[in-house]
Amino acid sequence: MTKKLMKGAEVIGASAIAAGCKHFFGYPITPQNEVPEYMSKEMPKIGGVYVQAESEVAAVNMIYGAAGTGTRVMTSSSSPGIALMQEGLSYIAGSEVPCVIVSVSRGGPGLGGILPSQSDYYQATRGGGNGDYFMPVYAPANLQEMSELMQKAFDIADQYRTPAMVLADGMLAQMMEPVEIKPYDSKNIDKSSWATTGTKGKRKPNIINSLRIKADALEEHNRHLNEKYCTIRDNEKDYEAYQTEQAEVIVTAYGSASRVVRNAIDNLRDEGLKVGMIRPITLWPFPDNAFDELPDTVKAVLSAELSCGQMIDDIRIAARGRWPVDFYGRTGGNIFSSEEIEEKVRAMLKGVISNAR
Amino acid sequence: MTNVNEKIMCAGFGGQGVLALGQIISLLAMYNDLNVSWIPSYGAEMRGGTANCSIIYSDRLVGSPILTNDITTLIAMNNPSLDKFEDRVVKDGLIIVNSSIVTRKVKRKDLQVVYIDATDIATELGNIRVQNMLLLGSYIGCKSDFTMKQVERAFKEKFKESKAAFIPMNTEAFKKGMALVKEI
Repeated sequence: MTKKLMKGAEVIGASAIAAGCKHFFGYPITPQNEVPEYMSKEMPKIGGVYVQAESEVAAVNMIYGAAGTGTRVMTSSSSPGIALMQEGLSYIAGSEVPCVIVSVSRGGPGLGGILPSQSDYYQATRGGGNGDYFMPVYAPANLQEMSELMQKAFDIADQYRTPAMVLADGMLAQMMEPVEIKPYDSKNIDKSSWATTGTKGKRKPNIINSLRIKADALEEHNRHLNEKYCTIRDNEKDYEAYQTEQAEVIVTAYGSASRVVRNAIDNLRDEGLKVGMIRPITLWPFPDNAFDELPDTVKAVLSAELSCGQMIDDIRIAARGRWPVDFYGRTGGNIFSSEEIEEKVRAMLKGVISNAR
Repeated sequence: MTNVNEKIMCAGFGGQGVLALGQIISLLAMYNDLNVSWIPSYGAEMRGGTANCSIIYSDRLVGSPILTNDITTLIAMNNPSLDKFEDRVVKDGLIIVNSSIVTRKVKRKDLQVVYIDATDIATELGNIRVQNMLLLGSYIGCKSDFTMKQVERAFKEKFKESKAAFIPMNTEAFKKGMALVKEI
């Protein structure tokens, strides 16, 4: 296989198909419209189904239904569209059917704007649906990684019978980079114990349901789900530690923002300043273990986000009071420059640290 | 290639082939095993008279694909593009001006400037739409080691099926654009 110059939105679609995704349901919204455009063209070629639903609410329930057959299914949307899907996501998590949700987030609240933004960290990691549920959230920072995480998300979804999200933004969806979509050897997971594929009169029906009226039955189900989430926390945390050796200040950033921060770290290191980056690849489960690996030289941590400060909560939990955690963010589609981050980190190295957002 | 860190802004009106120009440059960099990013302006920014795309190619990992005041090459295909980006080009950088459309001279004195009547020459060659590949030739003539063979490969990748008929015309425009800067 050789590399192809591909747009982020195409990478999402092509990688999903390579991972065995057979059905796509969605509703148009910028800045991810090239994903459904790609899927509408490609799904018929592989004997799959593409449906443009009448709304995001309909799309997520189509996912719910199709996922119940054990077939690999996905949708893609953006912030207000993902907001409309929250009810369905809660049902999908509660009834434990696997699917992949791509969120190409835009600025908010409300209709907001279409430019790159990371103000949906809470929406992705806490969810807006009801009940005690979580879902794995992957945050790629480049298109090769986006391809690999898309494919992994399908496996993780199947393995744990959970919705899994890939979170990007307009920068990653609209940009092009050389990418190799690797042929993917998906994990072959037996779904016969739960998938509703027709009994053919030979077995008891499999029932997909999230309703449990009796307290004990629901509590037992909640405990089961919680055990699953604990297993995911134990096994699936992922991050990149970049230039953390001897670092005095650690910048934490994910996705598109981490690309700018990487430039800033390189420039500061070129000046001889001891700074590094933790880049969460999974946002849930948050890689708090990354902070336990930091050297004793660390004096402060910065959260750099394209939001008013959301991931900083998880960083503070992970820091457990060991270091002050400062914040730098831009919003509205504005992206901080490398110089802005460098200036902030230089001030922190001199001891100017605000521990309040 | 080593010590490469080129940051190109291609800007012009929609329809001048700005995005395709950027994509061809990106393909050429990819063929040379360089790290590449291409990103278009989109949304409200597109409504102000310029469509543009930023390309970075480097032997280092590309961080942010967004260009700030670090443009090393500006290809300006209309007046608003030159107005908007002239001050954001680095000292000793390169500005290639489509002087068929751009009505003023570059004010900066601390960088290299090349004026190419791209739109007029493309029209003379028989198709105004090859103006972007003319400028590609000028860019490569000025600044890069990409080979003719790689350009042919990029054209084959970009102009597929029914569009393959346009390859000879684009190749001619490319060669013309390259020859023009060699004369300067």
